[in-house]
Amino acid sequence: MNNFDYIRPATVQAAVVAASEPGAAYLAAGTNLLDLMKGGVTRPRRLVDITHLPDLDRIEELPDGGVRIGALVRNAALARNPSFARRFPAAAEALLSGASAQLRNAATVGGNLLQRTRCAYFYDVASACNKRNPGAGCDARGGDNRLHAIMGWSESCIATHPSDFCVPLVALDAVVEIEGGAGRREISLEMFHRLPGDAPERETVLEPGEMIVAVRLPQEAARFAAHSRYVKVRERTSYAFAVVSAAAALRIEGGTIAEARLALGGVALKPWRAREAERILAAAPIDASIFRRAAEAALAEAKPSGDNGFKIELARRIVVRAIALAAAGTPEQMPALPASPFATVAGVIHG
Amino acid sequence: MTFSTTLTVNGVTRTIQLDDPRVTLLDLLRERLDLTGTKKGCDRGQCGACTVILDGRRVNSCLALAVSHDGAHVLTIEGVADGNRLHPVQEAFLAHDGLQCGFCTPGQIMSAIGLINEGEAYDDPERVREGMSGNLCRCGAYQGITQAVLDAQKVLEAARSQEVA
Amino acid sequence: MAEITITQRPAHVRHGSNIGQPLTRRDGILKVTGKARYAADHHPPGMLYAVLAVSSIARGRVTFLDVEAAKAHPRVVEVITPASRPVLAQDPDEKTNPFTFRLDLLQSDKVRYANQPIAIVVAETFEAATEGAALLSPRYDTDPPRVGLDAAESFIPSGVGVGNPPQVHRGDVEVCLAAAPKQIEATYETAPQYHNAMEPHAIVAAWDGDTLSVDTPSQGLALAQARLAGLFGISPDTIHIRSPFLGGGFGSKGLISGPQVLGIIAARVVGKPVKLVLRREEMFGPVGHRAPTRQTLRMGADGEGKLRALDHRTRTTSSTFDDFFEPASDISHTIYASAAISTSHEAVRVDTGTPLFMRAPGEATGSIALESAIDEMAYACSMDPLAFRLRNYAEVEPISGKPFSSKALRDCYAQGAARFGWDRRLRTARSMRDHAGFLVGWGVGTATFPALMFEGHAKALLRQDGSGVLEIGAHDMGQGAWTALAQIAADSLGLDIDQVEFRSGTSDLPDAGIAGGSAHTATAGMAIHTAGAEVVGRLADLATNDERSPLFGAGNAGVLARGGRLFRRDDESRSESYSEILTRTGLAQIEAQGKSAADQAAQSNYAMHAHGAVFAEVKVDPDLGQMRVTRVVGAFAAGRIINPRMVHSQLCGGMIWGVSFALHEHAVIDPRSGRPMNPNLAEYHIPVNADVPSIEALLVEEQDPHVNALGIKGVGEIGVTGTAGAVANAVWHATGVRVRNFPITLDRLIEPQTG
Repeated sequence: MNNFDYIRPATVQAAVVAASEPGAAYLAAGTNLLDLMKGGVTRPRRLVDITHLPDLDRIEELPDGGVRIGALVRNAALARNPSFARRFPAAAEALLSGASAQLRNAATVGGNLLQRTRCAYFYDVASACNKRNPGAGCDARGGDNRLHAIMGWSESCIATHPSDFCVPLVALDAVVEIEGGAGRREISLEMFHRLPGDAPERETVLEPGEMIVAVRLPQEAARFAAHSRYVKVRERTSYAFAVVSAAAALRIEGGTIAEARLALGGVALKPWRAREAERILAAAPIDASIFRRAAEAALAEAKPSGDNGFKIELARRIVVRAIALAAAGTPEQMPALPASPFATVAGVIHG
Repeated sequence: MTFSTTLTVNGVTRTIQLDDPRVTLLDLLRERLDLTGTKKGCDRGQCGACTVILDGRRVNSCLALAVSHDGAHVLTIEGVADGNRLHPVQEAFLAHDGLQCGFCTPGQIMSAIGLINEGEAYDDPERVREGMSGNLCRCGAYQGITQAVLDAQKVLEAARSQEVA
Repeated sequence: MAEITITQRPAHVRHGSNIGQPLTRRDGILKVTGKARYAADHHPPGMLYAVLAVSSIARGRVTFLDVEAAKAHPRVVEVITPASRPVLAQDPDEKTNPFTFRLDLLQSDKVRYANQPIAIVVAETFEAATEGAALLSPRYDTDPPRVGLDAAESFIPSGVGVGNPPQVHRGDVEVCLAAAPKQIEATYETAPQYHNAMEPHAIVAAWDGDTLSVDTPSQGLALAQARLAGLFGISPDTIHIRSPFLGGGFGSKGLISGPQVLGIIAARVVGKPVKLVLRREEMFGPVGHRAPTRQTLRMGADGEGKLRALDHRTRTTSSTFDDFFEPASDISHTIYASAAISTSHEAVRVDTGTPLFMRAPGEATGSIALESAIDEMAYACSMDPLAFRLRNYAEVEPISGKPFSSKALRDCYAQGAARFGWDRRLRTARSMRDHAGFLVGWGVGTATFPALMFEGHAKALLRQDGSGVLEIGAHDMGQGAWTALAQIAADSLGLDIDQVEFRSGTSDLPDAGIAGGSAHTATAGMAIHTAGAEVVGRLADLATNDERSPLFGAGNAGVLARGGRLFRRDDESRSESYSEILTRTGLAQIEAQGKSAADQAAQSNYAMHAHGAVFAEVKVDPDLGQMRVTRVVGAFAAGRIINPRMVHSQLCGGMIWGVSFALHEHAVIDPRSGRPMNPNLAEYHIPVNADVPSIEALLVEEQDPHVNALGIKGVGEIGVTGTAGAVANAVWHATGVRVRNFPITLDRLIEPQTG
């Protein structure tokens, strides 16, 4: 790891100033940043430690019924918060399906949003990567890319975003609150992450020095509590990134889907909101063939970026599964294997 | 530049002068405090061998910067037994042979203690397995590990009920 | 056939008092309290840290190392490159015997594989050494790497595994195959795998003149000592290797590795103790691996499902600079009866590190292919796979025709099947589902592993206070040697186990042979047994020749030892304690040596193997293809079991390796660079706890009078064999899709949606 200046500012404003210098990076838990620094993937000259900043670690019920989650709230603490888990169960399930207990205990909400891709060529500093080194090329193209993007990719980058948590958040219209040199602003999570285009090194809309201070879920997001699931396909039962995943949240009235929210994970460099699929589901009866039509719409633009064509059909199926499970109802208790197809919850896999 | 970090490790508070901000909590324990019970299996947060309890939460100490944890309380494997009396988790690991080469064992034990404290696995073997899946064991002692955690949980639960009573 | 005699002194001891007891691990307390010190846990005064720089190319030359930049980093003390490395007494590329593998010790700027060590940086802190190594920023002349099974022209190696012939046959396979009414031909591929013990290779080395002391994990203390003596031109007596605890080996720590030697070189150069610990990504290159294979099996059977022909061909790889060829086809020599059998191997040289024995080398790899093919043959014959295996049960070893020294395989099949519930299996694939709708598959595999024994030595002492000491340079990598061998020692000395001081784990003690080939308990155990019998015999002589002793005149064979006393066999009321004997004779202690060696006559007359039957249940999500091995039951017969608790753990661990082989492990090498793209534990998958919810090992009774006097066969590796195939067969049974590339991945199970 390269040597660095270590600064621990006392206020958000001071942190922003310190982090606005080129070569500076924010340090929260460090579960992603330190891993990248050990691998030489990123070599910041200055670490701005925000872990002791006040007032960033609260979960606030808002008067309008929404919730504001401080950026320093730990992933595990959020998932375990009874009110949060009850009102936003797919988000809680997604949190608990990611990484390991140890990592969830340390990692922060802000860090979860900002975690970087797991593409092997991004991690391997001897490989060509346009993210690490704009213009160097993309060795994932034509390489080991079974698990890479099938949507929103470009010639310069085919990586995916590894977060589980962000997928239901995008489906539920989460908003990111940002503090920067120009003051406070906010943006929908859906717009927060950028697709690679021809500048894959620009991963989010954050300007230098800008810090996530909170993530907010609007009160509308709580309307889906009775019918929300997150499901994830993995190559081992636990402690693995998604091959594909999906969050489905439904509002069901009188046996019909009044409103649907749907987002996919593991398919692109950001969670993929599937609005066309949502339109197909809205006002539809609960019927597997409609789920399938919605899934096809969700993946209509999908294209393999390498040896990953199988992910397209797999993604359609995970969408169908997520909708079916959501339709069957949010389980009373968090399953023993959150988000797993093998989750041992009463009720069959087809919902 | 020297950084001053105060840590309470296994109940002993010390202020450590560090001349290098890069030192992880894991390397601080192993290389500078002679607490070598915590092991380095991968140094990248992928195997769980370095698990300690930091401010009451089980975490991978290889991904914690020592300087960032000023004021923290750390419990390592060395602090688990009460003198010569083994902790129920340690007893259970021995009784169920939840170990072979022993290298992942301190991390498994710390993770098990953390899991039991989290209070969500109950007596459900599936929840225990899932909850312990952040600790790799190449020797494959998982059956014994799971049994040990379930067993220890019962013992600790019984002890807690006695206290309350 | 001539009578076989076991040429041992009659044992004075009665087994069963310690041997056979399921004692808990004697080193367990040290391990659960964090007090067990592994190599990297040592920190002698003045110690410096060494970190390697390793190559990012697989073939070519290092043309530049920024030594200046590395040295300029604060606290860096030294940088060692091929240009500055001191001369060694021996060329690291010199092969003095088949167990001497060529090592990369900075002998040139040539690069032979990705992650080859190319420099060492030594610093006062670990952080400084690590960054110093990164700052070397190597530049290379790169040549196009040769990667994979088709990278180059193949050749037939002169030997496979450890000196096995590459081609073996009995009968005429082509004729028998052509005449067989039912035939199958199938080609299977296995991926490159890396041992990945949880403890990375590590060494703390200190020189004192020409005396070398090291703390390092070793499965072969004496071999390491000899290799180091040669490389450094010093006497083996001046080399002290301590390895009381290894964090796993699986074959990768059987021979001292290049990186471990580089740590010793670094210590020599800086004149201070040095610690060198491999990073996890450096475990993918210089410390061995299991090479990929492509195996073609052709089988022919008659109308009754009896095999008439079995042809097993393997293609595998080795490095460009040394030989180790995975002997995958050889498993077809031992399990199934067939009129004609033919096995062969061919190899290709690629730009990787040299492969090395990795838990069940050859057996595991060949097993997954053979057991899959046997299943395919069974189905071609419309037979249940277990019934087919029983139909082709080998009463004598197939190639050699030798009788088995013992073979309880039928009991293994029966007990395993009963426990598993095999008789409820529906024959048709994709016909079983559980209440939640998951596809359920049940598969079976036969497990086998040779019962090997090497030469080992031990020393036993009896002390005047009535206690005993047993010294042996044995190895415990988690298999429980410190417990099992102590049990054998106690029985061999006729003492309670707590009266025996068991000393082991250092090269200063007698050579116990390499802990490999599942042979260690037999090898070390027999050396202990012999040493114990010898020293007790000497004690007996002191008594039986002494008029003052109640045992006077009993003669050696008339005495037995138990609980620290010698008894007359014909009248146990006449006895005296060891302490009484030694005190009376005025001796502080007596000692004796013991040696184990395979009985050549027995070996040439009998085929010696451990056996097992493994049954696996796999559930598969019918739409998503995700798999979970929900149950494994393995029944194993391995002769006398010294400690059932330790053995149960070994067998379960081996079965988990089998699951891993079938579904998880895969080192992905990018053919453009020759680099492994997943050299880490996040993406090189081994099972996590939730992957193996139920693994059960049944120990089947078996007594073998021929393998050795203790009747021990060894269990460390057999669990992998049989299991990998059982899982593969279960996946087929669940889905109807026969995947022949391992590990089986879910994308191969997803069929396109129809309609």
